[in-house]
Amino acid sequence: MDPRRPSRVIDPKVRKVGFFTPGPPPERTRSSPAATTPAQSPISNPLSPVMIPPARHASDNLSRAVGVLVPTASQLHVHPPADSLQVGSYTLSDSGFSASPTRSPSSRIGIDGEFSEDSANWMKRDNSGRFAAAFPTGGPDLTQAIEASNNEDGGDVAKEPSQKNSKPLKAKTTKAERRALQEAQRAAKASAQAPAQTSKPVKQANQKNDVSQLASSSVVHEKKGGDKPPIKDRKKEMPRTRMQFDDKSRVEKAQKRSVIKQTEARNRVELFRHLPQYERGNQLSDLGSSFFQIDDVHPAVYKVGLQFLAGDIMWSNARCIAMLQAFQKVIEDYSTPPEKTLAIDLSAKITTSVSFLNECRPLSISMGNANRYLKARIRKINPAQDESEAKTSLCLEIDHYIQAKIVLADKQIVMHAVTKICDGDVILTYGSSSLIEMIILHAHELRRQFRVVIVDSRPNLEGQQLLRKLIEKGLSCTYTHINAVSYIMHEATKIFLGAASVFSNGTVYSTVGSACIAMVADAYRVPVLVCCESYKFHERVQLDSICSNELGDPNVISKVPGRKKNCLDDWASKENLQLLNLAYDVTPADYVSTIVTEYGMIPPSSVPVIVREFGQELY
Amino acid sequence: MPDTHALVNDFLNKLKKRKIEGSKATAKLTAELLRSVISQQRLPHTNQAGALIHAIKAIGEQLTAANSVEVAVGNIVRRVLHIIREEDVSLTTASIGGLSLQGLSDDEEDNPLVSAAAAAAAARTTLRPPSLQTLLEDMPPHSAAAAAIPHSSSSAGDSEDKTKSTDKNSRSRKLKHNVIETVNELIQEIATCHEQIAEQAVEHIHQNEVILTLGSSGTVIKFLCAAKEKKRSFRVFVAEGAPRYQGHTLAKELVSRGLQTTVITDSAVFAMISRVNMVIVGAHAVMANGGVIAPVGLNMVALAAQRHAVPFVVLAGIHKLCPLYPHNPEVLLNELKSPSELLDFGELSDCMDFSTGTGPPLLHVANPAFDYVPPKLVSLFITDTGGHNPSYMYRLIADYYSADDLVLQQRPTC
Repeated sequence: MDPRRPSRVIDPKVRKVGFFTPGPPPERTRSSPAATTPAQSPISNPLSPVMIPPARHASDNLSRAVGVLVPTASQLHVHPPADSLQVGSYTLSDSGFSASPTRSPSSRIGIDGEFSEDSANWMKRDNSGRFAAAFPTGGPDLTQAIEASNNEDGGDVAKEPSQKNSKPLKAKTTKAERRALQEAQRAAKASAQAPAQTSKPVKQANQKNDVSQLASSSVVHEKKGGDKPPIKDRKKEMPRTRMQFDDKSRVEKAQKRSVIKQTEARNRVELFRHLPQYERGNQLSDLGSSFFQIDDVHPAVYKVGLQFLAGDIMWSNARCIAMLQAFQKVIEDYSTPPEKTLAIDLSAKITTSVSFLNECRPLSISMGNANRYLKARIRKINPAQDESEAKTSLCLEIDHYIQAKIVLADKQIVMHAVTKICDGDVILTYGSSSLIEMIILHAHELRRQFRVVIVDSRPNLEGQQLLRKLIEKGLSCTYTHINAVSYIMHEATKIFLGAASVFSNGTVYSTVGSACIAMVADAYRVPVLVCCESYKFHERVQLDSICSNELGDPNVISKVPGRKKNCLDDWASKENLQLLNLAYDVTPADYVSTIVTEYGMIPPSSVPVIVREFGQELY
Repeated sequence: MPDTHALVNDFLNKLKKRKIEGSKATAKLTAELLRSVISQQRLPHTNQAGALIHAIKAIGEQLTAANSVEVAVGNIVRRVLHIIREEDVSLTTASIGGLSLQGLSDDEEDNPLVSAAAAAAAARTTLRPPSLQTLLEDMPPHSAAAAAIPHSSSSAGDSEDKTKSTDKNSRSRKLKHNVIETVNELIQEIATCHEQIAEQAVEHIHQNEVILTLGSSGTVIKFLCAAKEKKRSFRVFVAEGAPRYQGHTLAKELVSRGLQTTVITDSAVFAMISRVNMVIVGAHAVMANGGVIAPVGLNMVALAAQRHAVPFVVLAGIHKLCPLYPHNPEVLLNELKSPSELLDFGELSDCMDFSTGTGPPLLHVANPAFDYVPPKLVSLFITDTGGHNPSYMYRLIADYYSADDLVLQQRPTC
């Protein structure tokens, strides 16, 4: 059987198993998911894949040194010094081993990211999972592993940890260590063994630097992750699970930190408790007046934030570029305070800026990806590098990102998509997307004879902007509203939609209403082409539009354009009435014929491949 | 008869100018108009029903031509025609029955039993649309019945002439009187159809249900409120129904009744439908195949509902039931409204004008009023006579309309 498969199953469980912290971890070992019940007596049942996890702890490394007779090792050896012991135990073996713990932080970073939203880590996770699979058999209990030897690789590793197999073993150590560190961090919170833990990250950092020179043979992504700031700082900047706004304690904490004073909306929609629902209208003026009181937000960021809040910048590409350019200014004006390192301090500064922007308007997924990229770059700055040099290199990186990932990608997508517009076509598009506009205009420049149907919807009526631009260029257009899409769909021959993001299950996260268009198109058998730059791809998966979304200002719903008096003017005073202004929805993959990216036209099922193959090079 | 002429013209104008909105109001007004037409119609001594039918058909043709989309007009005209035929037949059979029971006065009939059977068969054949059972029951006295009572009511007039000669005056008054009485019943039925439908609400809405509706319809308001009054508590998502935004009115109404209401944009229908238990909407007309002519946007909602296996329930009074089968209904049974509902004219009006620019205008604005929902997307119709499947619609039609009236336009030459 393929060793990877069980390993993947095991992987998440393993991380729950702790051995450092005195209190909870042993319990966790026991209570870890149902399948791990045999794990309590790991050695008694070597065949079961679930018994493997405990074997990968430092404590088990200990047990290797001691002998095989310690089944409850994970509970016994739960003292902090295990850390040092663990390192020692590996350095025993050979050079390949000795290098391994040092490389650990990189992969650990990756796995940390898994919890949150780090797309690059799909790759990493995969690798580490594979290594992990190979590892346990070569782990503490060699004899039993050989006895079991249901997988050849594992047996090989166990018998001869040769140069060939050193890599998996390396990964193993990294994995074990990472786990150790996670536990350590948890413990640090409990502050039981505070001194022991604090010493550890520092050590890791030192080792890491060694690695960066050493690791010629290591896998690319590991190398990249090599120079990262100590865990403690990194922990902060890691994108965590998305903020759930029904979690009271977290919301309170966030509000304390927040720059903008937000009052909770009165008529909140019950289904969307987990999303921020704040009163609108007064934020802008509040923010405007508090300009001089805000210290830690750079004016450029501040300006962009105001623009987001006011809705001046709507398109996700435009928002992303505006944000990155603001960060460029932040970096230019940055000078490292004494006794701080640029990498740590700057990324902290960027983090505050990001959270400021997030308060102005929840960041789009593309912006999240860009941020991740930027932070990865900052992390990789060599501490030895000159500050101004580092800054210019960062600014160049940002420029490069904008150019390569947005501007050139758009050009490439236009080249691809334009081949799908033929003479006599009727192109239907929804709302307004900068990319679709470029495609249509380019096709027009190529003198293709086609007609455009623009479907629009409230409340933003973005389609009107697009309509004006296309009319100016002399394109023949039909304008209609989303309810009439079934009527107009007879005419359409192709649907072009923009997207805010594409998830790795192939669903397209896009302006609300796109799913309706795609659905009707599917019912009328009209092909749907979604155009999206690959930097917007995300490894997250989503099935519905409820779990993660953005809520717009409900007030705009009550106002009907062209009417002076509306039925719902006093909606806020009625407790039974809620207005819901969703910003995005999720188009199921089966409605999408193809996704046009700069890499070409791919079916929705290939999105995870793009995320995996091209996402990792970024972070 | 100048009065009816004025009335008809007035109604025609209103229809043409789209001053009458909503199928219920149209239906009611049509029925009332036809009632006054009937009451003022002077009937000849022979073939009264035929004359009446002829008159109504003539008006009906005008009315349907005035607003071909408002099928309720045609429905009511057909209903009235059906009523006339029915009343005529019942009068005829009554007279035949009476005659045959009196004795053997009639020359044509030798056997009173046969004639009674024939009368019954005639009543059946004319009152009931043809079915296998009627055919089988008809078998024994078939030859006699065929001779005595012709099937179609157009020739029923001829039989009248033969059979009845004595009480002409009383009968003519009786026919008119009966017809007007039944038309009154029809008007009553239209007026109370909302209540009739609303009564069934509790059978379809359970506690904590989440209902989605789009736009606004009087029937839907009544339906939801009736359920609320019966102490059901449920939640309603109202899609606003661009470009008329009637959903706002509906939401206001529902909130005033204390229902939990959430207004969503039309574009969010697909996003929200996964959390909805049932879609309840009104209709503009129900076609014979079970398809629905509905306010614009409902096809999208129905597709979304189908995708998520959410029941799509259409509330429709019987007066919305149209005996025609739709052909290309998206275009032919539709109406394009003013672009001003979608766009401010301002800068774009130049592009829309045929006269100013050279060649065809660059910009078209499509603002259709209706959507066609095919029968396969409809889970259930709730009418004032109960719930029905889309596939059952053709059968209901046979109950309310007679096949001779289906085509109003091509009037038979008399």
